[in-house]
Amino acid sequence: MKHTISILVENNAGVLARISGLFARRGYNIHSLAVGVTDDENISRITIVAEGNDYTLEQIEKQLNKLIDVIKVRSLPADKLLSRELMLVKVNCNNAQRPELIAIAELSGAKISDVSKETMTLELSANESKIAVFEELLKPYGVKEVVRTGVVALQKGGGGL
Amino acid sequence: MGIKITVAESLVKCLETEGITKIFGYPGAAICPFYDKLMQSNIQHILVRHEINAGHAANGFARITGKPAVCVATSGPGATNLITAIATAYMDSIPMVIITGQVKTEQIGRDVFQEADITGAAEPFVKHSYLIKDAESVPEIVKKAFYIAGTGRPGPVLLDIPMDVQLEEIDFEYPESVEISSYKPKNEGNKLQIKRVADAVKEAEKPLICAGGGLFTSNAREIMVEIAEKAGIPVICTMMGISVMPYDHPLFLGMIGMHGRKTPNRAISECDLLILLGARVGDRAVMGMKNHHNLKVIHIDIDPAEIGKNLPVSIPVVGDLKAVLTQISEAVEPKRHKDWTEYLQELKSSENIIHQTPEIGVNPAAFLDELNKLLPDRCVISADVGQNQIWTANNIKLNSGRFITSGGMGAMGYSVPAAIGAKSACPEAEVIAICGDGSFQMQSMELATMIQHGIVVKIIIMANNRLGMVRELQTSLYDDRLTAVFLDGSPDFVKLADAYGIGGEYVSNISEAKTALENLINSDKPYVLQVKVDENERSVL
Repeated sequence: MKHTISILVENNAGVLARISGLFARRGYNIHSLAVGVTDDENISRITIVAEGNDYTLEQIEKQLNKLIDVIKVRSLPADKLLSRELMLVKVNCNNAQRPELIAIAELSGAKISDVSKETMTLELSANESKIAVFEELLKPYGVKEVVRTGVVALQKGGGGL
Repeated sequence: MGIKITVAESLVKCLETEGITKIFGYPGAAICPFYDKLMQSNIQHILVRHEINAGHAANGFARITGKPAVCVATSGPGATNLITAIATAYMDSIPMVIITGQVKTEQIGRDVFQEADITGAAEPFVKHSYLIKDAESVPEIVKKAFYIAGTGRPGPVLLDIPMDVQLEEIDFEYPESVEISSYKPKNEGNKLQIKRVADAVKEAEKPLICAGGGLFTSNAREIMVEIAEKAGIPVICTMMGISVMPYDHPLFLGMIGMHGRKTPNRAISECDLLILLGARVGDRAVMGMKNHHNLKVIHIDIDPAEIGKNLPVSIPVVGDLKAVLTQISEAVEPKRHKDWTEYLQELKSSENIIHQTPEIGVNPAAFLDELNKLLPDRCVISADVGQNQIWTANNIKLNSGRFITSGGMGAMGYSVPAAIGAKSACPEAEVIAICGDGSFQMQSMELATMIQHGIVVKIIIMANNRLGMVRELQTSLYDDRLTAVFLDGSPDFVKLADAYGIGGEYVSNISEAKTALENLINSDKPYVLQVKVDENERSVL
């Protein structure tokens, strides 16, 4: 089962290494990891999507909490999850295909970020399932390159970390 | 405004302010600025003969004082040699502050001479670490290091300080206290949980306390005994919990585990309420435990991550043991559990079997019985790792002394340097290291440290010319195909001791044990006993 875990950390050197090292040495599976500074420049927020059962999730939270640099850890409830991932994808695209791809972009809520004679680069910010559908739609054209940021997430409504 | 001094000098002042009187170390180029200033201080530096032993000595020192102890090494190999000692302290939750020199800041990352990323390498084994690049932050970081190492679940904290930083001048002022917003160890236990504990104890018919090393850390031994007596609860211990309760106490049953005694293992399989106190349910401790359906488990620990990690728990309590047990002692009702305790006491006394005298050498249990008769009230027994550890754990009968060993890591070569640390912390105590002929050869260089610094540690070497624990494993699990366990080529240890100016003698049968042990105890200098043990002797006798 996938869990989305939000972690607030002191913005110190080496903190990311400590967290990724902890996941590696205790055998927890990271699906994706995204990190960035918060409104307080001394604090960063890390979003980790990890795989595991309830026991593993509990251990992940407890072990993360033991790290001195970790301020807060919370597994976001699945039913209140507001999650987004940014994907840039470069696909083959000739003149004839261009209108079709523009239509797909419009349909999926993606932006067209770059166009060349043979390619088109699309940009989509969405949740995981929408991104998966989008990728499927583009496959027939020939995907040249894909880059994804990893999931960032907040809790819906007033509640939060 | 503080005074202007170098970081090296300020480090020394920080240690002095923390009440550090002795440190264990080994110098090198990158830590020279610190040593240069240490010279002017009253802090005694004990020069070990290998960095790992600086770590183990600090470990032994910290176990006796209960406060963070300090060891020092240089960059590169000096620092990496400390890793096993850091890991040993981490596994057993021992408070330590480790200071290593690092190459100059501008050289970091260029693979220069004696450069090693020690904060990176030691990361899995430290409670926290700092690579200090900002000279002005040194006093605050040192204060934080002692605070982190000594509070909550204690552990090693590493300070890696580049040489150029050590030489920088700063405005020195040592903070009186520090705040770490992301680190707030919990002290008291949740009141509701305490009530649940008291209710569970009241309902239980066969309650049992399993005492771990955390009781030493939290200085909670007396309150634990008080509760056991008040509520009529028998006590078993883990390897780390040995000597937490007087051996002869009628409620004390002995050590559990795959190498433990029959009675405690029986007790843990038959109890209906298991109260784990500062014990992390190590795999070797609960290996003998039978699966039960109606068992209720109370787990009290300062580290929430230990609760439920290896054993499902019915009532978790997070907090400092002393604080939590004080709350519990008020809440529990007096009870006897007469049938249960008498049944277990009978089992325990039936274990006192007469030791068979082997054809070759001494029976280790019989030998340790002789030692038991001679031990003074204030003593520290430092056991190594292997068969010698199990013999000692199961047969040493301490009523007021202290037992130390490398419980979690099982690091061979621990006993002598740890004994050096313990003796340095408590010179009045009789400190005896018990090791095997394998482990002794991992630490024999420390005989020089003992002589140089006048540290009177006594050493008993249980010599069977084998790596006995591995031999035993090969005998039982590998059809007796023995390989790489023969210690042929070992020196005569008494002669080796003599070369250092240390007295000693041989014990080759039990009739010689008493006099030899008297000589060992009565000596006011270090002393080495080489005890002949049959190569086929088993660890659980």
